[in-house]
Amino acid sequence: MIEAFRQYFALCGSLLYWLFAAPFRGKPWRIGHTFAQIVRIGVHAVPMAALTALTIGVVLAMQSAAQLAKLGATVYVPGLVSSSLIRELAPLVTAVIVIGRSGSSVTAELGTMKVSEEIEALEVMAIPPMSYLIVPRFLAMVIMMPLLTVFSIYVGLTGGWLIGHYSLNMSTAYFVSHALQYVELSDVGIGLLKSGVFGVLIVTIACSIGLNVSGGAEGVGLATTRSVVVSLLSVFIANAVLTALFFF
Amino acid sequence: MKPHAPDSAAEPIIEVDLLVRHFGTQKVLDGVSFKVYAGDTFIIMGGSGCGKSTLLRHLIGTEKPTSGSIKVFGQEITTMRAEALQKLRGRYGMLFQSGALLQSLTVAENVALPLVEHTQLDAGLIDTVVKMKLEQVGLTGHGHKKPSEISGGMKKRAALARALALDPPLVFSDEPTAGLDPIMTAVVDELTQRLTQKIGATVVVVTHDMNSVFRIGTRIIMLGTGPNQGKVIAAGTPEEIKAHPNPAVQQFINGDPEGDGTDDSGELLYRETLLGINDTGKYSRSAIHPSKP
Repeated sequence: MIEAFRQYFALCGSLLYWLFAAPFRGKPWRIGHTFAQIVRIGVHAVPMAALTALTIGVVLAMQSAAQLAKLGATVYVPGLVSSSLIRELAPLVTAVIVIGRSGSSVTAELGTMKVSEEIEALEVMAIPPMSYLIVPRFLAMVIMMPLLTVFSIYVGLTGGWLIGHYSLNMSTAYFVSHALQYVELSDVGIGLLKSGVFGVLIVTIACSIGLNVSGGAEGVGLATTRSVVVSLLSVFIANAVLTALFFF
Repeated sequence: MKPHAPDSAAEPIIEVDLLVRHFGTQKVLDGVSFKVYAGDTFIIMGGSGCGKSTLLRHLIGTEKPTSGSIKVFGQEITTMRAEALQKLRGRYGMLFQSGALLQSLTVAENVALPLVEHTQLDAGLIDTVVKMKLEQVGLTGHGHKKPSEISGGMKKRAALARALALDPPLVFSDEPTAGLDPIMTAVVDELTQRLTQKIGATVVVVTHDMNSVFRIGTRIIMLGTGPNQGKVIAAGTPEEIKAHPNPAVQQFINGDPEGDGTDDSGELLYRETLLGINDTGKYSRSAIHPSKP
């Protein structure tokens, strides 16, 4: 446990150097690699994030409508859907999707490279693995998490609109104006800040566990499971802390 | 290549002095000292678990010793900062046991990688050099394939092409022929020898393949197992090793299952703890009832 924390903070320290100091010492970020990772980590996660966000939006609208109808207050459905999506659910659900899809694949890929001596080969070829492998994944994740979250918010709101429009007979203009009435611009900012923090947690945990795999194929499997579990827990805890800081 | 005695006046390329490495309580390397001179094909041999791959990892600087000194090109690498070590590694080529080709790249991209990273050559010239290197190792026409699509022998040859891409003055090779058939073993040995001689490189090879040892080695050290774990038990030219008086060395060369070089510590432990028979062959009650006096 202590060793895992030591490895994690060692990776974070090294990452800070490669992100902010190395580019000024003639070792720039690898833009091509970063774009490749943006596609793998972010773009390929779009369909899954969309489907999940859509169902969440639909379910939120249905559940809130069922309860609010008893009070004759279905007018609040759009606001409830938009504020819960923007403040909490879109960043969280997107993080869960990215952990399952991209975080696990980063750990498995780096772990396999570690056990097949590819990481060591990079070191011996004087190609720092931090610069070649980790920084592009980090940048890709930190760029794509907020973008995926914005996308999830839109798709989730569309899900809420489907119920509002077709089941509660709200006009589109009515749904949109009421949805916007209950959220501030700062809510969007905090939602995106959350997703950025989640992205940092997911990618650093996935990379740290992946780079420290030992024990062959079994080790890679165990590390991938550990990466998903630790990332999920960290994201949920971070979400609670950030909500307490900004909304409570 | 004829074995040659090192010129004692010449500066060694690698100088290892009293190298010790512990993993927990286990001593893996125990006072290892040797020198590698320019032009040598230096062999580190020994049985499984003798610490030869660990020794190699210390030479390339991916492991730090518990104590002792390693000088490469006259520079102490055990205390070297990461950036200086990176710079020094630019002068190494390394052939890994598994090949260690990057699976996400094609064979040609793997060979091109050191050129792309460490030279200012334009893409066309890199392409030409890669084609040349692949041709040298007999892999013309396979550059577009992924490492998973080629055989074990081809992977080793591609890895050799990558290791030699920058014409390094020093090449390390970890079990280059493990898992290959005898013909492919000879091919890889011959290629390693021919290509490294061509660029005048010094080569350090870790192996337990006796055919390879005497085929390409100019100087050899052997690490011991069991009670001599991690110690240099023999050093010299191939002829000196062949005639070495140490029975463990002779056992290793001849491949005898019984002898001084056999690590039977596991068997002794089993006899002691399960059967209650100690080293003298007598029944030991304390082994079965350790709490009783």
